Amino acid sequence: MKKWIPALMAACACAGGSASAQDMGKLLATGGVVQVEGAGGGGITPWALITGYGTRDSWGANAHYTYINTQDYKLGSYGVAIGLADRLEVSFANQEFKGSLAPLDKLNIKQDIVGLKLKVLGDAVYEQDSWVPQVAVGVMYKKNKGVRGLEALGVTNVKQLGAKDDHGYDYYVSATKIYLEQSLLLNATLRATRANQMGILGFGGDKNDDTRLMPEFSAAYLITRKVALGAEYRRKPHNLGVDNEKAYYDAFVAWFPTRNVSVTAAYAELGDITIFNPKKQHGLYLSVQAGF
Amino acid sequence: MKKFIKLPGAGLLLASALATAQTPYTEDSTYQGLGGKEGIKKIVDTFITLVLADPRIKDSFTDFDIPQLNVRLQEQFCEFSGGPCKYTGKYHDKAMDGVGPVRDMKTVHQDLKITNAMFNALTEDLQIAMEQHNVPSRVALKLVAKLAPMQRDIVTQ
Repeated sequence: MKKWIPALMAACACAGGSASAQDMGKLLATGGVVQVEGAGGGGITPWALITGYGTRDSWGANAHYTYINTQDYKLGSYGVAIGLADRLEVSFANQEFKGSLAPLDKLNIKQDIVGLKLKVLGDAVYEQDSWVPQVAVGVMYKKNKGVRGLEALGVTNVKQLGAKDDHGYDYYVSATKIYLEQSLLLNATLRATRANQMGILGFGGDKNDDTRLMPEFSAAYLITRKVALGAEYRRKPHNLGVDNEKAYYDAFVAWFPTRNVSVTAAYAELGDITIFNPKKQHGLYLSVQAGF
Repeated sequence: MKKFIKLPGAGLLLASALATAQTPYTEDSTYQGLGGKEGIKKIVDTFITLVLADPRIKDSFTDFDIPQLNVRLQEQFCEFSGGPCKYTGKYHDKAMDGVGPVRDMKTVHQDLKITNAMFNALTEDLQIAMEQHNVPSRVALKLVAKLAPMQRDIVTQ
């Protein structure tokens, strides 16, 4: 992964140099939003759409901040994502997970995520006379930065909670299509992962250490040119004894007032995060994105 | 959705064809949703006004016969939406009767150097025109669905 980053930077500089200006040429909303791990997609699932509004002749970039507030936890995420030639996407995100209920009220876990996505076939928008979706493959490298707030228990690393690693890779393939005749966007993603709660609780664990294939689905109805209403489902592995990990769900509304700004509000269901607090966690998801 | 799944072979064949014409809707709900002939005329008038004022694309239309373009677009939108019209444009290839203005759509746009961004700007202007005439989004997108595959012939840059 470390070797890729200079290559990517070179690719960015090259694409930036060859295109005189960002064309912002995609149709409104067809750049999607940025999901909670920093990749272009919906709220919790990466899509095959390349982020931003640059067409194949250009590029685009955006920054996002996402905040999820459940009864006992908060998850914040910020990052930047770049779409090159409507073909390649590079994303950087930082997640910060916090507890608010004693004894986890000082809990703070941070994670860095670097993502790369390549569109391999199809076009989600133009090919309306074909059922073939746009397909992309992606990878996310995740590095957990350690556990704070549990020093009294001697816990400073996710490995002490049962995880086998504090870093890992997710690999995914996504198929996305906007069926204009039905005003419908459909996405299916298959992800190979060992991550516990996206990696916030590390990778692999005492119950399972194998990479597992997990399906994720999104559907959105385009109410107007600027507003989409949708729902998502993301299955997750159950690797940790201390974490009775469940699937994520959300129902969202995304508003695209211009190509430069989008706002996504959702109700998110995250399941129970730890066996020590078996309450199902759900609450408001809010994400703001600005791009050019 | 179902018909897409039933016809993967047909879809791929269409996608690989040199130039593809969309088949019009066989029922006229989209045509009615656009407001029939009267509605389509108003939409096209607004559409052309928006296009000719749009700095992203207006220069591509300097050599066009605008009144003729207006009539052709009305015919085309009427036919695609399932209305009682036939696209009778001079670009219509009679040998391909019933299939549509296949090769000619490509020929007409060949030298214009249209980019994806310009094609999308045009689409957006049409969507705005339909919005201004209170066409519901689901109807507007049904028309856009018929026009979107023309990207293959129109975008030459």
